[in-house]
Amino acid sequence: MDAPSLASSPGAGRSLHRFANPGQFLRLSGAVLPWLSLSAIVLLAIGLVWGLFYAPADWQQGDAVRIMYVHVPAAWLASSGYLGLAICSVLSLVWRHPLADLAAVEIGPVGAGFTALCLATGSLWGKPMWGAWWVWDARLTSVLVLFFLYLGHIALVRAFDDPTRGYRAGAILALIGVVNLPIIKFSVDWWNTLHQPASISLTGAPTMALSMLWPLMVCAIGYTLAFAAIVIARTRAAVMERRIRALLMARAASDTEREGSAG
Amino acid sequence: MTHLPFIAASYALAVVVPAWFAVDALRRTAAARRRLAAIDPRRSRANRNRDNKS
Repeated sequence: MDAPSLASSPGAGRSLHRFANPGQFLRLSGAVLPWLSLSAIVLLAIGLVWGLFYAPADWQQGDAVRIMYVHVPAAWLASSGYLGLAICSVLSLVWRHPLADLAAVEIGPVGAGFTALCLATGSLWGKPMWGAWWVWDARLTSVLVLFFLYLGHIALVRAFDDPTRGYRAGAILALIGVVNLPIIKFSVDWWNTLHQPASISLTGAPTMALSMLWPLMVCAIGYTLAFAAIVIARTRAAVMERRIRALLMARAASDTEREGSAG
Repeated sequence: MTHLPFIAASYALAVVVPAWFAVDALRRTAAARRRLAAIDPRRSRANRNRDNKS
């Protein structure tokens, strides 16, 4: 389907633009954010304590397997955050959704932070298990490329005097970078990697004990809620900052007009 | 616990990174709200009406 035909889809456009009103977004997010943050804090507290003290050690890896409870959610969020960035880019390019631009700008640094967390915790897990902090393995390298894509997006959206041009350029980069997501996901199947294959899939049964799976799921949900809460809070701040800029510019324009008419 | 320094460093990073983003978001929101309250005519009007009522 081409862009004009998507743009002319009235139902989708109308329902999306209902949430494009900044005032409505601030009201709705203001009501959701406290609950989202509280749930994230509670789940993370439970999940991290469970993973660190109560989950069993692995027969092969020993206690180093506990790094999984922070590394795996960070890896999932690095990829799904980028998918969120790409969705915002589509909304921005096709429907010119004003909040999508702001959300994309705010997802970038958070996604980069979680990707850096994934790389750092992976490195801390790799050293005792593989004997190396880093290997140029397909999974590790593709996640490093993801980190650079995030950094590229952050730099690109700020590289133009006209923010709209920055948003467009960033959206195009984000969409091009989506090709890296299946590479990350299937790198452990397509290439012979040192990184282990996925233990959890949507189609098959997990290959790990339930006593490890439960704390992992609690941590993953906790981190996902935290990621969402952080992005929403940052987007709220960005909406208010844009309003401040607009007011200051309007004030400066009226001052200039007044000075012009007085002179 | 085996490999304690690696585990401790991982968990410390896993707490510090989201916490830093959360604190930064709160700080930005508070600063924007203060600034907006000072310059937004709609908010100033609303505040004046509220003060007059009380």
